[in-house]
Amino acid sequence: MKNRQFFGFLHEILPFRKLLLSMLTLVAFLTLWELLPALGWIDPFFTSSPSRILRAANWLFAHGLWNDIRISLSEFGLGMLLAIILGILVGVLLGWYRTLDAMFEPFVTMFNAMPRVALLPLIIIWLGIGMESKVAAVFLGAFFPIAITVMKGVRMVDENLLKCARSFCATDWQVFSTLVLPTCVPFLVAGLHIAVGRGLVGVVIGELLASQAGVGHMINKASTSFQTDKVFVGIILLTGFGYFLTVILRQLEKIFDTWRADR
Amino acid sequence: MRRTGERMLAIQDMNFSAQAGKFVCIVGTSGCGKTTLLNVIAGLLQPSSGQVLLGGNPVVGPGKERAMVFQTAALLPWRNVMRNVTYGLEIQGYSPKQARQSAREMINLVGLSGFDESYPRELSGGMQQRVNLARALVTKPDLLLMDEPFASLDAQMREFMQTEIERIWLQTGQTTLFVTHTIDEAILLADEIIVMTNRPGRVKSVISVNIPRPRPHSLKKSVEFHAIEADVRDLIQIEFDELLRQYPRVRI
Repeated sequence: MKNRQFFGFLHEILPFRKLLLSMLTLVAFLTLWELLPALGWIDPFFTSSPSRILRAANWLFAHGLWNDIRISLSEFGLGMLLAIILGILVGVLLGWYRTLDAMFEPFVTMFNAMPRVALLPLIIIWLGIGMESKVAAVFLGAFFPIAITVMKGVRMVDENLLKCARSFCATDWQVFSTLVLPTCVPFLVAGLHIAVGRGLVGVVIGELLASQAGVGHMINKASTSFQTDKVFVGIILLTGFGYFLTVILRQLEKIFDTWRADR
Repeated sequence: MRRTGERMLAIQDMNFSAQAGKFVCIVGTSGCGKTTLLNVIAGLLQPSSGQVLLGGNPVVGPGKERAMVFQTAALLPWRNVMRNVTYGLEIQGYSPKQARQSAREMINLVGLSGFDESYPRELSGGMQQRVNLARALVTKPDLLLMDEPFASLDAQMREFMQTEIERIWLQTGQTTLFVTHTIDEAILLADEIIVMTNRPGRVKSVISVNIPRPRPHSLKKSVEFHAIEADVRDLIQIEFDELLRQYPRVRI
């Protein structure tokens, strides 16, 4: 009860004051992170500190971190692109043709239930430790959420709209392009949200496991020589990238949510 | 006729004709097959036997000479009013420019000028039904089919839309088949009222409404209105009593 009263004022304050509060806790956290090791209360060997991380970042950017970022980004981008194209294609096919769905449903369910990280050693045997295996890891993570949500979207086409299109003598292709595809879009965006997270996990784990370059590779290399500062640089980079994508997708979701039929 | 998985006979031996330029209303107890009849005429349902003749030609499927106004507005949520109204024309292969031009006229006619760019979610139920109507009218069908288009509107909006429908009908002379279960709505709008029997639906009676137009709502207080209303109500009451007698064999 006391708690609720304490936080109750949050409902009344202006948005910018809410932002101010968020910023304050963030600054407080960073200050503690900096101060506690400096005061000798905790060992920076394990926790590092903001200033150490900044220094490490400076050094890393001067010594090839850009290349690691470029590699990781292209692995992630290529894998996502493949997952989006094939995910939409497969999702539409499975959603539209009941026969195909009956044929492939066990595979989709099995693959979706499988912890696909377990496939990575196999993929590395097949594709080697270069970029290809990481592209495959991203693809495996991102493909299924996209295909499955698109498949659901195809089946969510409003009966009434179908009747309306048919009353105007719409061909199958017209029904598909004017009703099925637009219905899928909000579902696709929701699927992308999950896919982006899974894809990021794919690229990082792939690079941690076996690689020659990339942010995950850098993290792995730094950790084996106990350079926590550099490890933190990698973690922060990945977090920032994930956050950036989440914000973009949230905006997209807001836009396309209005495409859902009222029911 | 197969509906919801079980076979039942919704309509049997229904013979009636709708003359060009007339406004014909179909009334009957709920579940008597009114909507089924309209869907068969629209070509959205295949009759298990028999046929619908339109201008002497049998109906085999949906056709450009018929257009349907649905009970739910059935608008495309990702299209604005203009693009919803052009939807039917687009599907029938008109050029976008031509479609937009006809659509603009129709949007004005149904009283939605200035709402071209609005999206369905921004419109009231009555306005959504106007878009629904415009989308059907703009294809210039020989026969307009309306399936209880005001069923989901509140009473006030309903009365307002009835007046609007008559105004639009007077301007277009559109041959219309209008299904409703509201008797006074039928009398206000129709040249001819077809009363259907219970399932399997047949024509029980055809009643002409010879009240001059336009027919304001105040007409409901007049003697002639009451006389027709009593006739129709009696006919439907007989059917309804019959339905109750069959209860519980028949679900209402």
